[in-house]
Amino acid sequence: MFAMKLLRRMLGVALLLALIGGPARAALDPSLLAGFAGDFQSRMNAIEAIGVAGGDDARRVLDALEAGSLGVLEDKAVIVDGDTVRDAASGEVLTQAVDAVELITVNNRVRRTLANARAALALTSSDRAERLRAAITLGDNPNETLLPVFERALAAETDEEIRGILARAAARINLASPDPLVRLRAVRALGESSDPAVKNLLEGLLQKRDGNWVEPHPEVRTAAKMAIDDIDRRIAIAESVGTVFSGLSLGSILLLAALGLAITYGVMGVINMAHGELLMVGAYATFLVQGLFRSHLPAWLDWYVAAAIPVAFLSAALVGVAMERLVLRHLYGRPLESLLATWGLSLVLIQAARVIFGPQNLELANPSWMSGGVELAAGVVLPYNRIVIIGFAVFVLVLIWLMMQKTRLGMFVRAVTQNRPMAGCVGVPTARVDTLAFAIGSGVAGLGGLALSQIANVGPAMGTGYIVDAFMVVVLGGVGQLAGAVWAALGLGIVSKFLEGWAGAVIAKILVLVFIIVFIQKRPQGIFALKGRFADS
Amino acid sequence: MRTPFTVRLIRSTPKSGWLAIAVFAAITLIGVPLAHLALPESNPLHLSAYTVSLLGKILCYMVVAVAMDLIWGYAGILSLGNCLFFALGGYAFGMYLMRQIGRDGSYGADIPDFMVFLDWKELPWYWAGSDSFLWALFLVVALPGVVAFVFGWFAFRSRIKGVYFSIITQALTYAAMLLFFRNETGFGGNNGFTDFKRILGYGITSPEMRVTLFALSAALLIVCLVLGRYLVTSRFGRVLAAIRDAESRVMFIGYNPLHYKLFMWTLSAVLCGLAGALYVPQVGIINPSEMSPANSIEIAVWVAVGGRGTLVGAVLGAGIVNLAKSFFTVTVPEYWPFFLGFLFIAVTLYLPDGVVGLWRRLHARRALAAASDVVAVPQRLREQADSAHDSAAKGATA
Repeated sequence: MFAMKLLRRMLGVALLLALIGGPARAALDPSLLAGFAGDFQSRMNAIEAIGVAGGDDARRVLDALEAGSLGVLEDKAVIVDGDTVRDAASGEVLTQAVDAVELITVNNRVRRTLANARAALALTSSDRAERLRAAITLGDNPNETLLPVFERALAAETDEEIRGILARAAARINLASPDPLVRLRAVRALGESSDPAVKNLLEGLLQKRDGNWVEPHPEVRTAAKMAIDDIDRRIAIAESVGTVFSGLSLGSILLLAALGLAITYGVMGVINMAHGELLMVGAYATFLVQGLFRSHLPAWLDWYVAAAIPVAFLSAALVGVAMERLVLRHLYGRPLESLLATWGLSLVLIQAARVIFGPQNLELANPSWMSGGVELAAGVVLPYNRIVIIGFAVFVLVLIWLMMQKTRLGMFVRAVTQNRPMAGCVGVPTARVDTLAFAIGSGVAGLGGLALSQIANVGPAMGTGYIVDAFMVVVLGGVGQLAGAVWAALGLGIVSKFLEGWAGAVIAKILVLVFIIVFIQKRPQGIFALKGRFADS
Repeated sequence: MRTPFTVRLIRSTPKSGWLAIAVFAAITLIGVPLAHLALPESNPLHLSAYTVSLLGKILCYMVVAVAMDLIWGYAGILSLGNCLFFALGGYAFGMYLMRQIGRDGSYGADIPDFMVFLDWKELPWYWAGSDSFLWALFLVVALPGVVAFVFGWFAFRSRIKGVYFSIITQALTYAAMLLFFRNETGFGGNNGFTDFKRILGYGITSPEMRVTLFALSAALLIVCLVLGRYLVTSRFGRVLAAIRDAESRVMFIGYNPLHYKLFMWTLSAVLCGLAGALYVPQVGIINPSEMSPANSIEIAVWVAVGGRGTLVGAVLGAGIVNLAKSFFTVTVPEYWPFFLGFLFIAVTLYLPDGVVGLWRRLHARRALAAASDVVAVPQRLREQADSAHDSAAKGATA
């Protein structure tokens, strides 16, 4: 048995040399095909050997086998092609009749072997995706006959990802080698992985079975231990990066929601409980723009998101202005009642969305340039849409900062936030500033809705959960401070994602709330005893 | 010599108030039970099981509204956590009701069905004693009370007030709702508690039990009203109103607002818990959606509709809004949120003192018109008519 394996490997290596040295279209070595004339096991070996050999002819033979047209005729493998019979190795037409051929039956075991052989063949394909697929297929269940295939593919492969898979698969095979040096090298190669499955494999080496170590050589065991530590560290880093990233992404959504609230709350001293519904308005506006593009500009569908930016902003701003003019203006100086009235507004808006768009959740398609993502490690993927949203939040933040710091309107807004009567006295048109600030704050919420529509479902009640979180951001960051809002949003986002990974979403939410309450204990004057009209009578 | 407590308690409610309470007690404690139990179904005055349960439910809501009014109308603290305490009371009593099912559940097990479903073998530690009625009563009072006391201690100590307090209580309620939605929390998760069978061994769906629960709810409401009236007219209530209107000044005079606010806040929570405990057996179910933030805000609207700062207003508001809700959700369910939403807006914009305020204003105007010939009177009357509005507006800002 061992001799046969050795023989096959030698055959493979010999063929490899032949392939490298020989002409481009060398006929398949007839000795490879001789196995088809033998018993079932020798046929299986032949299939494997053909896969290992590679090349166009090998592909032709495997195709024929799969189609059921490969047969045996007088100890020779032949292919039945309609009425003619061809020699499988050379392809030349033979004179014998089709009836004389004994066709090879393709059962499940043959099919499995065939699949592996095909994957080995595909490793030499010019299409990256096909090679990747093949490498994953083979890497999942490597056996030692494939070792030369891996080594050959490694020599030619330039793609890092495929190289990694192949190298790990080869190393896994080498772990079974009788030579401790080969095993040591294999363990070191596996240590470069960040795949939990590889870690399990290495841990297997460190166990005792029937009182004996699975891995007899102590040096290899030490190397395995170090390799496991390496893998652990790499997985931990990748996971932390992933968590920080999802925290940033949550934080940027929170920031978009909180920026608007910080402006309206700062200026009017009113918590707009319908602020979450302004997110919803922005999201539905995005949905409508997508519908318009789909029916009128299908060629530009990928860019509907860009077109939706002004639409989402303006529609939410309009709703905001209507709210301010019709309701909030008349409740000046009664913040608790404003809270109730805006809650009523939010009920009306949610129900209106339910009546107009229906109660079901709508799913918006990401544009193609926002789908997919960067894979950091096994299972840690940074999706492009979240990356874009982080960038978008930064963009909006910069715009708002410029507006607040560099424009006359921004100066007025800051003045009214600090001291309304005094601002009025020096000629700031406070009523108009209220309206404009509310429009801008609402518009930013609309932009938040646009961002949210790209990562979550759009539904009538999508905004309700955000008002409390957004308010927490405003509270933590301090009213009227953009920088505070940024730190608070990102901090809350990242902290809650880490807590989620550690204790689950619900406990995380409760812990964050407890943290905020404790924080308020420590810094009441910094955040709660505000200047201006909130400093009590 | 100091007047005895009972005398002060009785004197705090005016004669007209006692008369109204007597009429209310006669109807709810004698009239309704008789109409449900004694009258045959063919009689037009017979009250169906549905009506009695609905009215009982609304009575519980009225208690919650009074509790809300005590903390919002008189202490100026808009709590959005009242439905949390309501649900805590409900869950505390619900545990007892679940244990009363015994082995009559669909799995025939000693532990409640949902625990069998979770593959739990025995009751978690916090269910200890839940088969005792007295322990359940203790929990109904203690659980909301302790939660409110601890939370209020921290919140009031750091002088959180106004919209901050409202939002923090809302966040607390929201977090609690999420917690109760989890199956692992051990309170039935999404479905909560239901399928109750009996209280103290008596069937929960029997007409006698129904009117007993109804009468208990009515009695609780009466106790709340009398006690509330006593509190708000006492020295304690006046200090509380002063804190509502100008907290800093009250502090400068030498009072510590913490104690006053904390007492009222905890009392309000306990009353909500009691109402919740009576609500659950009448409705037959308690689940985490009772704690949704929307519910708390709805309680505030009952009070706003009736008239903040008047106990009778809270009762009226809870009655009006809930009857309207029953009507709307049966006939045109999709318009109820619109109605409720516009009610929020309309009441805050046009009826700052609610129905009671409107009635008072009309009353004052009529008196004003009648007395317009007399030179000396109008000025004082006009002031009276305006002062109610002013103090309410001040209360909202504080």
